Amino acid sequence: MVTKREDGKQLWRRRATRTQLAIWFAWLVGTAIFVYCFQLISEKTIWFFVLDAGTQAVDLGSRMLPPNWGYMEVLWRPIWDTINIATLGTLMALVIAVPVAFLAAHNTTPSVTFVRPIALLIIVSSRSINSLIWALLLVAIVGPGVFAGVLAIGFRSIGFCAKLLYEAIEEIDPKQVEAVEATGAARTQVLSYGVVPQVLPAFAGISVFRWDINIRESTILGLVGAGGIGIQLSAAIAELAWSKVALILLVIIATVVVSEWVSAKVRHSFI
Amino acid sequence: MSLGEGIAAGRRWRKPPLIKNPRLRWGLAIFAALYLAAAFGTIEVNWTRVWDGLPRGEQFLLAFLPPDFATRWDDILDGILESLWMTVTATVVGIAISVPIGLGAAKNIAPAPVYYVCRAIVAGSRSFQEIILAIFFVKLFGFGPFAGFITLSVATVGFFAKLLAEDIEAMDWRQAEAVRSTGAGWFQWLEYSVRPQVMPRFIGLSLYRLDINFRESAVVGIVGGGGIGATLNTAFDRYEFDSAAAILVVIIVLVMGAEYASGHIRRWMQ
Amino acid sequence: MLRLEGLHKRYPTGDVALQSVDLEVPEGQVMALIGPSGAGKSTLIRCINRLVEPTAGRVFIGDEEVSALSKRRLRRARRRMGMIFQEYALVERLTVMENVLSGRLGYVGFWRSWARRFPQSDVDEAFRLLARVGLDEMVDKRADELSGGQRQRVGIARALIQDPALLLVDEPTASLDPKTSRQIMRLIRELCQERRLAAIINIHDVALAQMFAQRIVGLRLGEIVYDGPTDGLDAAVLTEIYGEEDWQATIRKDDDDAETADDDDQAVTGPRGPTLDEERMAGIG
Repeated sequence: MVTKREDGKQLWRRRATRTQLAIWFAWLVGTAIFVYCFQLISEKTIWFFVLDAGTQAVDLGSRMLPPNWGYMEVLWRPIWDTINIATLGTLMALVIAVPVAFLAAHNTTPSVTFVRPIALLIIVSSRSINSLIWALLLVAIVGPGVFAGVLAIGFRSIGFCAKLLYEAIEEIDPKQVEAVEATGAARTQVLSYGVVPQVLPAFAGISVFRWDINIRESTILGLVGAGGIGIQLSAAIAELAWSKVALILLVIIATVVVSEWVSAKVRHSFI
Repeated sequence: MSLGEGIAAGRRWRKPPLIKNPRLRWGLAIFAALYLAAAFGTIEVNWTRVWDGLPRGEQFLLAFLPPDFATRWDDILDGILESLWMTVTATVVGIAISVPIGLGAAKNIAPAPVYYVCRAIVAGSRSFQEIILAIFFVKLFGFGPFAGFITLSVATVGFFAKLLAEDIEAMDWRQAEAVRSTGAGWFQWLEYSVRPQVMPRFIGLSLYRLDINFRESAVVGIVGGGGIGATLNTAFDRYEFDSAAAILVVIIVLVMGAEYASGHIRRWMQ
Repeated sequence: MLRLEGLHKRYPTGDVALQSVDLEVPEGQVMALIGPSGAGKSTLIRCINRLVEPTAGRVFIGDEEVSALSKRRLRRARRRMGMIFQEYALVERLTVMENVLSGRLGYVGFWRSWARRFPQSDVDEAFRLLARVGLDEMVDKRADELSGGQRQRVGIARALIQDPALLLVDEPTASLDPKTSRQIMRLIRELCQERRLAAIINIHDVALAQMFAQRIVGLRLGEIVYDGPTDGLDAAVLTEIYGEEDWQATIRKDDDDAETADDDDQAVTGPRGPTLDEERMAGIG
């Protein structure tokens, strides 16, 4: 937004020349980086396969249709397991995430120098490892099955829930807390009367939001043996039973849609 | 004390319940109890297996220590770089595709048929976990980073177009009307009223997605999509757990770094 | 009743809020504390119950030196000091009754308070107070459903159920309309008289202070520059406290126009505190 004078006339430009040049330059650098990266990827790609993908896709599609509806009766149990993995994993994560969040929030932690970094470390390491990798590790320790899945989902979700919750705790209105303090309440009472009511809606929202994500995540844990419908999926893919795969995918979509609907309902009733 | 003589002493008070309707309240409670009982009943934890597994688990975890960065360092570096390329290209391509779809999926600016088509695209690319997408793209395009790149791009579209559309739907309509009332064309109208309103969040979301894509690039490799995940998978297959530990450490450090950086950039942008 | 000796507060930022304030408030006296923004009024009040720790000086309630108490003893001492806040500071997502009962937290153990099982005598007292402040119909309403004046009444009930000897009142009328302001101030004064409470009321509105207080203390840059009866405030004193201005309109006591309404605060403000941010959650997935 620069005005400048040139032989008596007022000129208007959106930006000063220098800013404009900087912006162009940034675009140039960005494009260069993108092209370079793509170049590197394409070097590692066998383009014959890529070009062939269209025919492959048509071929795959024709084998998938129609879905093998008879396979459905085998799938009920895996669906139940998948939902359980997500639900119980989320519950487990919440039980652990709540204290961790209170230890991590600036305004509720007992010690900023000692306790808070530990809580943050728990959060970060839980979050950085994808649930599939957690499942990979846990299957090796507790054996394949639903239990490993629950633990994997749980461990992965601790960090997610605790992070959002501690941010919510840090954003509360400090005046309400101060007012409870002024009555002579003990620390625990200040938490339960001043802090908890303020973060309760956020807590409810975070729980259903994570549950929704976990439904999706738990559909794939079976790929590494951690229970749920992913076991059937990987088996069907391995034996190239594409009509079964199609049915499984449909089932997954249905589950995800239903879970999204449920979580939206719950969230609306809380806000 | 002369206060409120008229009030009868001994009036009870109880905290009003969260759910007012008692039938619904008890119904939900019973449903939750039954569900939990059933769910726990069907987990079938084989406690002997877990118990036996613990020493094996300990062995397993000990095999991770100390992380061995040296032996496979070249592979690790290769994998990391591949992940980074995938992340950058997939984010750029994904966002580029998301913009028109996001515009189309915003109820307040798109005509109904366009709206439904775009919403369907968004819902479709969101309903599958990245891993499932990756399995199929690896089938179609062969092993390697290209499949990972496509996977992440598609996942980006689902995420980004949805949030962009929601953002556009939440914008201040009066500003848009004001610009339209000047007689501006559709694209002019976009540029002068919609873009300024959604731009800050647009940038924020792009950085978020860059961050997420990097994290996801670590796992698409497990099913053949290239990147550091492939290196990790190889390490597991070869029982080189100390190298696997090194890879995990590298992933954690990079994820933390990326998050820290994107947080800072976002704050700096605002 | 309340005695401050050489109270001094310097914030970590280096700002000096109070410079050696000496003050004594006898039992049953309603004292208004006036002064420009930033004069240290809020700090003074918060130094008394140590929501803000004074840098130097001593605070006595009766014979007890509050400024020397351990954390645990301080909590016991705080029970005797009811506090009423600017913009009410109610816990917005709790009901009116829970807010009032939260004034008894210093008397009740954690688990009892957590289960909301307060002694029946406390509940009786809460009902009595709510009737006294005119809110007995609102018992189970959530605090964020109330209007500004109603909220401040809940705040008053919360302070009084502590059975305090001293009321610390921080800008009770700052966001209320003129009529409600008067009602609230009148209520505070009446309750102080009924219960022989001492009160310190921070207030911006000089006319209101003159109308409802028995004594006025003027604070400027952390020092007391006026301490005397309400009718001792003249143009010279106000200039001393606030600086140069035409004070004639302010001093006239029974002139309603002297007060300017801030805004209509009857509108209920939305719930505060953190809300769910979809973007943030999506982002860390």
